[in-house]
Amino acid sequence: MSDSKLVKLGKSLDELDARISELRRLVEAGQDAYSEELVKLERRADELAAEICSALTPWDKVMLARHERRPQASDYISAMIDDFIELHGDRRFGDDGAVITGLGFLDGRPVAVIGQQKGRTIPERAAHNFGMARPEGYRKTMRLMRFAAQIGQPIVILIDTPGADCLEASESRGISEAIAANQRDMFSVAVPVVCTVIGEGGSGGAIGIGVGDRLLMLEHSYYSVITPEGCAAILWRDAALREEAAQALKLTAQDALALGVIDKIVPEPTGGAHRGPYETAANLKRAGV
Amino acid sequence: MTSSDENNAPASDRFSEVPPDLWQTCPGCNQLLFSQDLEADLWVCSKCGYHFRLTVWQRLEVTADPDSFEEWDRELPLNDPLEFPEYLEKTRAAQEKTGMSEAVLTGRAALDGIPFAIGIMDLSFVGGSMGWVVGERVTRLMERAIEKRLPVVISSASGGARMQESLISLMQMAKTSGAAGKLAQAGLPYVSLLTDPTYGGVMASFAFLGDIIIAEKGAAMGFAGPRVVEVTGLRMPAGVQTAEVQYEHGMIDMLLPRREIRPALHTILRWCTV
Repeated sequence: MSDSKLVKLGKSLDELDARISELRRLVEAGQDAYSEELVKLERRADELAAEICSALTPWDKVMLARHERRPQASDYISAMIDDFIELHGDRRFGDDGAVITGLGFLDGRPVAVIGQQKGRTIPERAAHNFGMARPEGYRKTMRLMRFAAQIGQPIVILIDTPGADCLEASESRGISEAIAANQRDMFSVAVPVVCTVIGEGGSGGAIGIGVGDRLLMLEHSYYSVITPEGCAAILWRDAALREEAAQALKLTAQDALALGVIDKIVPEPTGGAHRGPYETAANLKRAGV
Repeated sequence: MTSSDENNAPASDRFSEVPPDLWQTCPGCNQLLFSQDLEADLWVCSKCGYHFRLTVWQRLEVTADPDSFEEWDRELPLNDPLEFPEYLEKTRAAQEKTGMSEAVLTGRAALDGIPFAIGIMDLSFVGGSMGWVVGERVTRLMERAIEKRLPVVISSASGGARMQESLISLMQMAKTSGAAGKLAQAGLPYVSLLTDPTYGGVMASFAFLGDIIIAEKGAAMGFAGPRVVEVTGLRMPAGVQTAEVQYEHGMIDMLLPRREIRPALHTILRWCTV
């Protein structure tokens, strides 16, 4: 479990960012003595971020996609969507916190919004099941997509999951059926559907809400048939070989574009989306989300 | 159903001959509430949050723009297809008591200027039960909404299908459900608002077919009411037939206190009509 050089650099960048935001608070509170130091640190952070981004390995990108401060669906919803109201439940069994569904307005235009949500704090992560959607989550999204199609409003989908929930309870309610049916039915949703991988595009968990007219990926997100750990464990019986697996799986946005799987890469701020959530949200909007 | 709402005498029934009481006792916490304050709080107890049951006119007032309502299908006649004992007397008495012609009021209204078709059920009219007139009005409401391209909002409060019209009542479930399907096929939205209490044949037909279902906090709801369950010799555990439980089980989109319902409806109507 050794961290790569870049992961270490990433950690020092995180520390720098934390110090910068602390200094910025002080300077904004009128403590001008710190402003010179602030400018110096900001410059160093930008250089470090640029260095990191110039040589990211696929595994580094996986780490960035999973970064604990990486913006999640709810962050993009509050940055991009006005008057959002969340709708709940699959009308069958339950409501799945791993997926947020609702209605809102993007630059005044009505859109249905679907986003997988991982949560940050421990209680949040539990409430959102770490972004691993259960059958009721997929069925809830299809209910919303049908409604959007009925009314004729477009659908924005934000994908961010390590994979669908694979525990016994989800098996017993038909997780495979739910993912399969969603893929089938998304083909006949007669309104524009734009899907964007914003973090982790984890396998069936991602494609279960991933059939759209346009498929985009954020610059440092990944999309793969399995997590690198899972791949390494299955093929090579050793999850520690995850870096090699990440390389072999061709899971980066750049790989996906080269493979012709996605339409477009949406740029992130230097160092990753977490270093500028609003800038990333603006880039998403510009990319046609 | 009917006996319980006598505790909640309507505060401002337009048709009521009796002047509204100055004070009311909250059934939730037994505190005395000044009627004027209660009205300003949308008939929600400021002390304990208890949601008073609303008359049709109160519900209209908290849901739509003032004076925007235009009634449809008022003329449908009372009927007694089974010549059920005491049925006509009972409905006529309900008409006199409530000023309603039947257990649902339907028509057109507006919310911040957005026109929509609205149906509101009246629990105090034979338990808000659905016979031919109720089923017919709901169906015509949806059909006219298709004609006029209007979104539909129906606020339910009902004991279920009306026993005194038996099979004719049962058929209203299928008829209204079919109408909801036609509405969806026509590309129009239907928001179902479930209020305290909604049960039986209404719950198991058009009330549960809303594209979006909003339930008022604390509302009782279910398929078979407690007295029906007891006939089977079994018992429904207390607290199971609530909006909260339905919400937990994924049956309801939004569970809201009364004050938040109107803004949510407004956002939804705007979303559907832009």
